[in-house]
Amino acid sequence: MDTPNTDVIQGTLDMLILKTLSLEPLHGFGIARRVEQISKGVFRVNPGSLLTALTRLERAGWLEAEWRQTANSRRARYYTLTRAGRKQLDAQTANWTRRANAVARILKTEA
Amino acid sequence: MALWRQLTRGLRALTRRETVNREAMDEVEHYLEQLAADLETRGLTREEARRAARREIGSVTAVAEQVRSHGWEHTIDTLFADIRFGLRQLGRRPAFTATGGLTLALGIGASTAIFSAVNPILFQPLPYPGADRLVMIWDVTQDGARADVTFGTFRELTERSRTFDAMAVMRPWQPTLTASDEAERLDGQRVTADYFDVLGTRPALGRTFQDADDALNGPQVAIISDELWRRRFGGNRGVVGRQILLDGRAFTVIGVMPSRFDNVVNPSATVWTTLKYDTTLPSAQGREWGHHLRLIGRLNHGVGMDEARRELATIAKSPLEQLPRPDWASLRGGFIANALQSEVTRGVRPVLLAVLGAVVLLLVIACVNVTHLLLARGLERRAEFALRAALGASRIRLTRQLVTESLLLALCGGALGLLVARTATDVLVALAPPELPRLSAISVDGTAFLFAFGLATIIGLAVGVLPSRRASRPDLSSRVQLAAVRVTTHHAARRTLVVAEVALALVLATGAGLLLRSLQQLFSVPTGFNAAQTLTMQVQTSGARFATSEPTHRFFDAALDAVRSVPGVSMAGFVNQLPLTGDLDVWGAHFESSPTQRPNEDRSVFRYGISGDYFRAMGIPLRRGRLLDASDVAGNPLSVVISESLARRRLPGKDPIGQRLHIGPDSGPWFTVVGVVSDVTQVSLAAENADAVYVAAAQWRFADRARWLVVRTSQDPAALTAAVRQAVRTVDADQPILRIATMSQRLDASAAERRFGLIAFEAFAIVALLLAAIGIYGVLSGSVTERTREIGIRSALGAGRASILRLVLREGMTLAGFGIGIGMIAALAASTALTSLLFGVSPLDPATHVSVVGLLLAVAAIACGLPAWRAIRVPASIALTSDS
Repeated sequence: MDTPNTDVIQGTLDMLILKTLSLEPLHGFGIARRVEQISKGVFRVNPGSLLTALTRLERAGWLEAEWRQTANSRRARYYTLTRAGRKQLDAQTANWTRRANAVARILKTEA
Repeated sequence: MALWRQLTRGLRALTRRETVNREAMDEVEHYLEQLAADLETRGLTREEARRAARREIGSVTAVAEQVRSHGWEHTIDTLFADIRFGLRQLGRRPAFTATGGLTLALGIGASTAIFSAVNPILFQPLPYPGADRLVMIWDVTQDGARADVTFGTFRELTERSRTFDAMAVMRPWQPTLTASDEAERLDGQRVTADYFDVLGTRPALGRTFQDADDALNGPQVAIISDELWRRRFGGNRGVVGRQILLDGRAFTVIGVMPSRFDNVVNPSATVWTTLKYDTTLPSAQGREWGHHLRLIGRLNHGVGMDEARRELATIAKSPLEQLPRPDWASLRGGFIANALQSEVTRGVRPVLLAVLGAVVLLLVIACVNVTHLLLARGLERRAEFALRAALGASRIRLTRQLVTESLLLALCGGALGLLVARTATDVLVALAPPELPRLSAISVDGTAFLFAFGLATIIGLAVGVLPSRRASRPDLSSRVQLAAVRVTTHHAARRTLVVAEVALALVLATGAGLLLRSLQQLFSVPTGFNAAQTLTMQVQTSGARFATSEPTHRFFDAALDAVRSVPGVSMAGFVNQLPLTGDLDVWGAHFESSPTQRPNEDRSVFRYGISGDYFRAMGIPLRRGRLLDASDVAGNPLSVVISESLARRRLPGKDPIGQRLHIGPDSGPWFTVVGVVSDVTQVSLAAENADAVYVAAAQWRFADRARWLVVRTSQDPAALTAAVRQAVRTVDADQPILRIATMSQRLDASAAERRFGLIAFEAFAIVALLLAAIGIYGVLSGSVTERTREIGIRSALGAGRASILRLVLREGMTLAGFGIGIGMIAALAASTALTSLLFGVSPLDPATHVSVVGLLLAVAAIACGLPAWRAIRVPASIALTSDS
């Protein structure tokens, strides 16, 4: 592959969003920015997927959305993690860690 | 909680579409701005940043669309959009919509109606508890036919049978109910005490019959139907225990049957009383040994039909000394025992199955038509779907659109079909002959409707989604171009449809044609009497004064004299049973010179007891000898006039005049034949038996208490009604006069049912033919229209119009010919199955077969010829560029 794959690993977008929002409420672009920064550019989030995921997570009750006035007097939609969202994040993190470790162990074994 | 969110958010999206759209757009735009701003901080110019941000996000609308397409409400949104679009599509093709909708409506409606009527009669269990254990048992005649049982046989079976829980015998009873001045003849039954127990039903009010009610000289008690109770007794619960007058005798009402009680053995019965036969069977000559009873039984739990039949056969073969049987009830032929259900539907089963078969064909034709319509529509819209696929519509999305459209059409057709089914069911019930069992149970059958609707819909769906499959294949660009060129991949399917359609139509049309010819034949059957200017009414005698013969004869003679003196009356006579009234007085006829084997068992001739000028008043022509006259009175030699058919059948090659016969039991006196008259239709036009004996009322063994007055008039018979009635009243004002009608009215009433049946059947056949014709036309003309371009090329290359026309016709007619070949084989098989329904027409009737084939050939020729004619008249330049 010529260009490195920057797609978010399938099934992890929700977890990344929840984790990002566990630090502070952000709007859509803020989340994308943060994911990119923290992953040092390994992951780049597709806006369509991100915004769709935000709607879905909000529907599920893991996020709370509210419109806020931004500095340049535009409306921006800020997302906050809810108590249920935090629980979900913990569950997903535990699950992910368990599985990632397993994959790592398999990869480490000598053939 | 999460569910609640889903619901409220979704509803908000649906109800406040604008706001939600705006918000989604705002969010995406805000994202875009932030991204651009971010890029700017990394050193891009404002312009470059905006462009790069746009490139990354793509279309704002598309992203907003993607975000919005997440929730459940989006599915509903798309559905509504599909429905709106589908309705517009249907509206834009009114011919397609109307043809498809009506085809479905007729197919679904007709098949539902017919199945709704047939199902409760033939297939559903009878409406009694444990109905599968109910059995009808018949005695068997020498030639193996069913015969009514005698009371003696019933007694022996109840003594000896172990497989039956209970048995009952019954016979028809038609008493006249007299209440508050108004006399009315009722249909009813005389039954043994166990009758209702065998059926497993009880009166809703009062009690059922007990053994004491059925004893010889037991009390006169009656149970009445819910209908009679409401109509004549105002639904008054106090009727139980009250006395009512039946045939001038007081009966105590002991019970009222529930409204849901369906008396399948005699559906029109409204009153029941006990039989009261002598269980000691005193004399072989008594009524206890007459073959005139129907026998039903209820099997014990766990006893099968075969076991019961075996036991009945054993009993029949082994008479017991203490239960002697007379020769005519010897049971040498054994018994016929069948489930009650199959016995009560025996007469109507072939007709109903034939109609059911026809309607199944109709449904198949409707399905073929719909298949073709959708196939054609799919072809027409191939370009549209290729274009939509090219613009990014997914295959699922296209399929959904087509499914929605097909479903919309099916729903329209189904709704109309339900309407058709309801109307047709009502008409069927109204037309049905009253002796049809289980009429009250007939209503639109939901399952049948769903089946027909489902079948048509599934076919519609399967065929309807074809275009989306084609459109979503790869190589879209070439599809867009090619779609207009009408590749002929559908031709194989089309050919099959043409052949199937023609074959189906042929079978249906042949069956319909044969039945129509049968009905025509039936109408041309002579009645044997002259109905014009004849007034008839029934005069009854009631009360103790007429307990003996003498006063009864005196009253009728006096009444006759009074009627004769009415101005305008030219001829008058009395008879005990009048043709076409449903009366049935049948006896055995035993000729001295050609004796029957079991004379007492024979009940094959109508017995007419006449007085006055009955023959002349009815216009029954004399063939030989003389009519009965004033010399044929009590004390003189007994004379009889017989019908032509009786003379022909029983005295072949002999001069009937002077022959002697017994009427009824052997022990009776000899009657001498003095004349022969023409045959008369007594029961109905279809009943072939016209064997009859006419005796003078005064010479008969008893005096008939109810007689029909027949008056031939020199003016309008209806206008004389009041005067004739008054004349009878002057003799005795207390005797009921009933059922007044001119003979022409009776003839009309008897024919009306048939005529209506004829009209209904004709309507059914025309609908079926119309559907088939539309289908054939659609399929054939569609395939010709598709070839407009090819025809254009051919004529551009110099082909003459005649040769093109020949080419198209030859192809179409070859297909039609295949269909006709297959159809004729099927039609021959089908018409052989119809044999039992035909009257005076052979199932191979050449006229019918030839005309049906001719009709279908004509339809096929028009269907190919018209569009081909249109096509060759189109200038080549237009034909070549046309896409239709």
